[in-house]
Amino acid sequence: MRILVAIVLALASLAAIAKEATPTELDPVAERRAMVLAAELRCLVCQNQTIAESNADLAADLRREIRVQVDAGKTDAEILDFMTARYGDFVLYRPPLKATTVLLWFGPAALFVIGFAVLFRVLRARRARAAEDRPLADDERRRAEALLAAAGEKERT
Amino acid sequence: MNRFLIPLAAFVALLVFLYVGLGLNPREVPSPFIGKPAPAFELARLHAPDERFAQKDMAGKVWLLNVWASWCVACREEHPVLVELAKRKTLPIVGLNYKDEPADAKAWLARFGDPYQLSVTDRDGRVGIDYGVYGVPESFLIDRQGVIRYKQIGPITPEALEKKILPLARELEKS
Repeated sequence: MRILVAIVLALASLAAIAKEATPTELDPVAERRAMVLAAELRCLVCQNQTIAESNADLAADLRREIRVQVDAGKTDAEILDFMTARYGDFVLYRPPLKATTVLLWFGPAALFVIGFAVLFRVLRARRARAAEDRPLADDERRRAEALLAAAGEKERT
Repeated sequence: MNRFLIPLAAFVALLVFLYVGLGLNPREVPSPFIGKPAPAFELARLHAPDERFAQKDMAGKVWLLNVWASWCVACREEHPVLVELAKRKTLPIVGLNYKDEPADAKAWLARFGDPYQLSVTDRDGRVGIDYGVYGVPESFLIDRQGVIRYKQIGPITPEALEKKILPLARELEKS
C-alpha cells in the first residue's frame, strides 16, 4: 500500500513538472495559429519538411519568430509576407498563382489531359482499323476455301 | 513512320529534361533579395564588442557581406578563397558571424586567417533571418547604394569569384 502511494505521488509530481514545461507565452488559440502557419512553410535547410516538423536549427528559430509575430498581433498574411520577402515563394507549400508558377499549378493537369487525348485517339484508330470492311484478296480467299474444304472432308470421314 | 517518330521525340525530350534536372542544385533557391536594398542591421563587432557596425557604414562602397560560423564545415572550404581575395584589397569583406560563440569564432579566425575588414556577431541569428540565410556560408555583393546585386549560396569557389563576383564588382565600381 505504501509503495502504491509512493508511486502515485511520484507520478503526480512528474505530471506537475510536465505541465510546467509547456510553453506558456501563448494562449492555446494563438499557439494553434502559430503551428498552422509553421505547417504551411517549407524548411529551407531540409527542403522536404515543414517548419513545424523540422528539427533543423533554422526551423526552430523561425517557429520562434512566428510565435513572436502572432503574439504581436500580426495577421497570417503579414507573417507569410515576412517569410516570402526573405526566402522567396519557395517557402510556401502552396505557392501563389503567378506567371512563373502557372506550369507548376496546371502542368500535371495538362499532362493528364494530353495523355487522355493521345489514348483516346489511339483507341479510336485501332477500332476504326478493326471495323474496316475489306473484301478478301484472291489468295486469301483461296486459302480460306482450302481450309473450309479440308475441315468438311474431316467431318465426313 | 510517324508512329515511331512521335514517341521517340517525346522520349528524347524527357531525357533532356531529366538531364537538365540532374545538373540543377535544389539548394540554390532564387533569392528574393537581388535588386533590393540590403536589410538594415546594427550589431556588435566580434573583435570590439563595445563598437557597433551597421550596414549603412559601408555606403558608397561596393562590398561583400559573408555569412560564416566556426561550426560551419563548408566555411572552412571557402576560407582560403576569401583570404586570397582579401590580399588583393579590391573588394572589402565584412563577416557576419552567424549563431556562433565569439570565443570559438575568434579562435577560428586566429587559426585560419582573418580576411574580414571586420566581423559582426549575430548570436541569435535574427539578422540572418532578415537576410534569408538558410545555408551557411552565404555571401551578398552589395553596391554603393546599398542594394544587393548578387547572392552566393554555399561556398564561394575560385570559379564563382573570378567569373561572377569580381567582374560584377568591377562593373558596380564604375557606375
